[in-house]
Amino acid sequence: MSDMHATSSAGTADSKLQFWMKEDHHPANGTLLGFWIYLMSDCLIFACLFATYGVLGRSYAGGPSGADLFELPLVAVNTSMLLLSSITYGFAVLEMQKNRKGTMMAWLIVTGLFGAAFLGIELYEFAHLIHEGAGPQRSAFLSSFFTLVGTHGLHVTFGIIWLITLLFQVGKLGLTPANKRRIMCLSMFWHFLDVVWIGVFTFVYLMGVLQ
Amino acid sequence: MNTPDLVKLIFGRLSLEAIPYHEPILIGTFAMVAIGGIAVLGLITKAKLWGYLWKEWFTSIDHKKIGIMYMVLGIVMLLRGFADALMMRAQQAIAFNGNPGFLPPHHYDQIFTAHGVIMIFFVAMPLVTGLMNYVVPLQIGARDVAFPFLNNFSFWMTVSGAMLVMASLFVGEFARTGWLAYPPLSGLAQSPDVGVDYYIWSLQVAGVGTTLSGINLIATIVKMRAPGMTMMRMPVFTWTSLCTNVLIVAAFPVLTAVLVLLSLDRYAGTNFFTNDFGGNPMMYVNLIWIWGHPEVYILILPLFGAFSEIVPTYSRKRLFGYASMVYATVVITVLSYLVWLHHFFTMGSGASVNSFFGITTMIISIPTGAKIFNWLFTMYRGRIKFEVPMLWTIGFMITFVIGGMTGVMLAVPPADFLLHNSLFLIAHFHNVIIGGVVFGVFAAINYWFPKAFGYKLDPFWGKCSFWFWFIGFYVAFMPLYVLGFMGVTRRMNHFEDPSLQIWFQIAAFGAVLIALGIGSFLMQLFVSWKRREQLRDVSGDPWGGRTLEWSTSSPPPVYNFAFTPVVHDLDAWAQMKDHHAERRTEGYLPIHMPKNTGAGIIIAGFAFVLGFAMIWHMFLVAGLAFLGLLVTAIGHTFNYKRDYYIPADVVERTETARTEELAAHV
Amino acid sequence: MKLLRGLLIPALALLLSGCDAVLLSPSGDIARQQRDLIAISVVLMLIIIIPVIALTLLFAWKYRESNKAAHGEYDPDWNHSTVLELIVWSAPLMIIIALGAITWTSTHKLDPYRPIDQLDASRSVAAGTKPLVVEVVALDWKWLFLYPEQGIATVNEMAAPVDRPIEFHITASNVMNAFFVPSLAGMIYAMPGMETQLHAVMNKTGDFAGLSANYSGAGFSDMTFRFHSLSNADFDGWVAKARASGAELGRDDYLKLEQPSEREPVRYYASVSKGLYNAILNRCVESNRMCQSDMMALDKQGGQGIVGAYNLASSVGLRSRLGLTEAEKRYVGALCLTRDADVAAAPAGRSR
Repeated sequence: MSDMHATSSAGTADSKLQFWMKEDHHPANGTLLGFWIYLMSDCLIFACLFATYGVLGRSYAGGPSGADLFELPLVAVNTSMLLLSSITYGFAVLEMQKNRKGTMMAWLIVTGLFGAAFLGIELYEFAHLIHEGAGPQRSAFLSSFFTLVGTHGLHVTFGIIWLITLLFQVGKLGLTPANKRRIMCLSMFWHFLDVVWIGVFTFVYLMGVLQ
Repeated sequence: MNTPDLVKLIFGRLSLEAIPYHEPILIGTFAMVAIGGIAVLGLITKAKLWGYLWKEWFTSIDHKKIGIMYMVLGIVMLLRGFADALMMRAQQAIAFNGNPGFLPPHHYDQIFTAHGVIMIFFVAMPLVTGLMNYVVPLQIGARDVAFPFLNNFSFWMTVSGAMLVMASLFVGEFARTGWLAYPPLSGLAQSPDVGVDYYIWSLQVAGVGTTLSGINLIATIVKMRAPGMTMMRMPVFTWTSLCTNVLIVAAFPVLTAVLVLLSLDRYAGTNFFTNDFGGNPMMYVNLIWIWGHPEVYILILPLFGAFSEIVPTYSRKRLFGYASMVYATVVITVLSYLVWLHHFFTMGSGASVNSFFGITTMIISIPTGAKIFNWLFTMYRGRIKFEVPMLWTIGFMITFVIGGMTGVMLAVPPADFLLHNSLFLIAHFHNVIIGGVVFGVFAAINYWFPKAFGYKLDPFWGKCSFWFWFIGFYVAFMPLYVLGFMGVTRRMNHFEDPSLQIWFQIAAFGAVLIALGIGSFLMQLFVSWKRREQLRDVSGDPWGGRTLEWSTSSPPPVYNFAFTPVVHDLDAWAQMKDHHAERRTEGYLPIHMPKNTGAGIIIAGFAFVLGFAMIWHMFLVAGLAFLGLLVTAIGHTFNYKRDYYIPADVVERTETARTEELAAHV
Repeated sequence: MKLLRGLLIPALALLLSGCDAVLLSPSGDIARQQRDLIAISVVLMLIIIIPVIALTLLFAWKYRESNKAAHGEYDPDWNHSTVLELIVWSAPLMIIIALGAITWTSTHKLDPYRPIDQLDASRSVAAGTKPLVVEVVALDWKWLFLYPEQGIATVNEMAAPVDRPIEFHITASNVMNAFFVPSLAGMIYAMPGMETQLHAVMNKTGDFAGLSANYSGAGFSDMTFRFHSLSNADFDGWVAKARASGAELGRDDYLKLEQPSEREPVRYYASVSKGLYNAILNRCVESNRMCQSDMMALDKQGGQGIVGAYNLASSVGLRSRLGLTEAEKRYVGALCLTRDADVAAAPAGRSR
């Protein structure tokens, strides 16, 4: 818009107004905004699952409660895996900003490994619960617990698949603007899952054990 | 592994018995669809159109073509949804005095469920999305939407959902639960068949498309407006589209979540909405209406926007009260989340809860009323041309306020106790959906059609269509108000009281009138195409429009605008005309555009197979389809060459041709 | 308001003359008050609606392009008027404030859970009047009425003495229905495992229609019943008729009755097994099944611990004993079998 007054083909008296751009118009890239809106819509899915858990979380149907089932030390280890993975993702982004492809990829791999460890522990916990007869069918509480935690786990799974894809893409094409944008999107996704997990840890596990 | 196991692994619970060959109505329909389908496919093959369709339409990421494809989908599905309506009206008109009618409950219950689902999800939604898709980028002076590939993908996901509903007609059956599938009726214990699974998967697949298209349009409107177009210079249609898409993004995840929970109940044996093990069906009702109420505003808001474009154009005046129009839209957007409980006052909430939701519901009528008055005062001191869109608008204003009135009646909880679930309720929401959404869509189609195709729609058949619809609506639905007062509830298959019959017969006649209205509309499309040379508009601005979409040619070039417009006023194009701004005809630059891709249709195809396989418990096939979906999606991310430049000389040639055409027609 | 109501009701009645618009001429006081609310809200809204429709037609006619007389008024840039905008927002606001106030008070007054305090507009309920309690169960696809005071039960027919307050306790066996006697009072949902209430009174004797107003599956259309509003003597006669049937509604009879069926004929039961309604409401008619009330009490104390996970029972034994065709049901097992202890429980899985 710098040369708004430069030319005008309008021939009337108040022809100062220019109605068409002379140069190319580059609208701002909307990817990060769009991805953020997507995350908010995803957040609403989690909000529904939290609300469901809030409604049904005390309906044990005469079965076991959170206090009977949850093993806080295990969950604490699990939580630290995810929190560490968020930190290492942060390191990866720092490296990306310095355009260091190798170290960035290394940090991403570490992030992925932490994520995989998180998933492994969660699957172990699920298998253990089901083995004890406390599967998702036993009570509305367990249905909402498995669904909330499982949906989060599913997100982490897709995050890891995405992360592996990105590793290939960065490895092949380097830190191009497009790849940097994707790394930033995955970064938002990963930290978002972290925030959701903090909610899960607090509302489901801590409050479940404390009550 | 023996053969039965293998068959079960591949086909799940699908067997030849799923084909309803004992239902003559369905077989007849199937024969018609099959013959019609083969004829169309044959014609396309004979004309060697497949390559053209694939390259120019199916894989197109041009928002204009996607918009048109949405409209085609909506109109095709309208025929299906309306056929259901005719069958319901016919059944209720004859099923008296022990006559069971021609539709037994098993079939009839599917029909009213399918009618609701199809009309909302696969008629109204595609039509509204199509309009926004087509018009919004043009109105804000953009070359496409923010995420063109996603746009194509969203469309094909909607198609996949629609195809799943259509498949239920001929393979298996659809849900027999009513359009919102309340549990426990929709739970596994009461509905063990595939019907509810068809319902779940068609909505889930289409819902992905809707949510993504909502995200896409928000990003488009926020990021891609032409320079100078501040928020308060956005055309009202763009404003209402923005609010609609905010509603979509904030509401559809709730639908996704609640349907996931229902499917877990049905597939994994969880107990969210069951009667035992601590489940709570009331939670489903709450959650689905937290989506469901905003949904009705998702449908109506864009049409409020369309009327706000149409009234000033044909009154040849500026819109009265632009700012209050915008605020009204925003207020409606926010309030639409605070009223969901009015759909079930009769569930026994306390009086304070019920009155809170009743009063918030009434409050919505204040901004809505303000909008109506604003259109009214836009007409005041105008010079109104009664083209077809304006007829629809007047019809809308009269019909919609009546629907609004009956809506506020239903918002008074004790009154709702009498009228809830009655035919009065049915009449009310058809009054606002037909009077608002359908009239609005037809107004908008008549208004923007010349932009999309370069010729106007034939006014004679347009007027026929309007009058048949308008009169047909009143004949079809006023009797339902009366029947509501007579204590008749919805979803009845047959009746005992013979004094009701006459009203149902009048309503059935009204439905026939509406059928003529739909027929006239199809006739209008056909006749207009035949007479396209007489109806041709080369100016690009046949109505004396006020917003930017009328500043480019009809149909617009791929790139929409050779030069991005600069906006100084709310009615940007009206101001350009006032200033006699001439088109720029020199200094063309190469234009950066997105490239077509087939990934969207392929992924959506896998989604269809995935949904179908899950419905029939074909878990092996479902797994493979999901894998295919994932691999295609990942593969698509390896495609980095998603754009190209239209060379400056091509732009110049296109624009010069337009300059010559304009000169020839002055 | 009274005047407006006086004007409107005859007008609507005239409009609907020739058809039996039960909602506009109800026979019960609650339905009458609800009808009056409909009329008041219509009148209030017509204050806005009529001018809008009239102005729409007027402006459309007057400012049409071919009306050269109005061309002088044409003002293409006129788009704002603070006064008009104020009117445009405040006129509907005023109406909604009035209607909102009416809504708040009437919703509290006509809350179906609130015992009624008037028989009709002129008579209040005498102090110490005991309402007639009717327990209503929506079954697939028929209605069961239990009269705890009289000890009888009926299917698809109910009766009540005229001008005596009725207190309904409403639940359902399987799916959601809505209990609706249009002449008597507005509807309320009948939901499994939950109880809703309705207080109402019938002011005229007669035979009225009752129905399910919420779609509940294949037999829904025939899920109707008759509501007989009788004089006290006739009501006693009706009760005596039911008692004369001699039939007893035991738990097993209920479980058979509960099976889906359509167009059930009217049935009378002289007596009802003790606590049946509570068992239906708490979903523990089967003797080896834990009542929801017990389950909730347990859940409040944190459930039964890990062993509780295996406390499941099933209806297999019951099915074969009663010859039911329904699919096997699994549910949480009762902790002790005090009721009908001779019936064999069929626990599934490990029991504690």
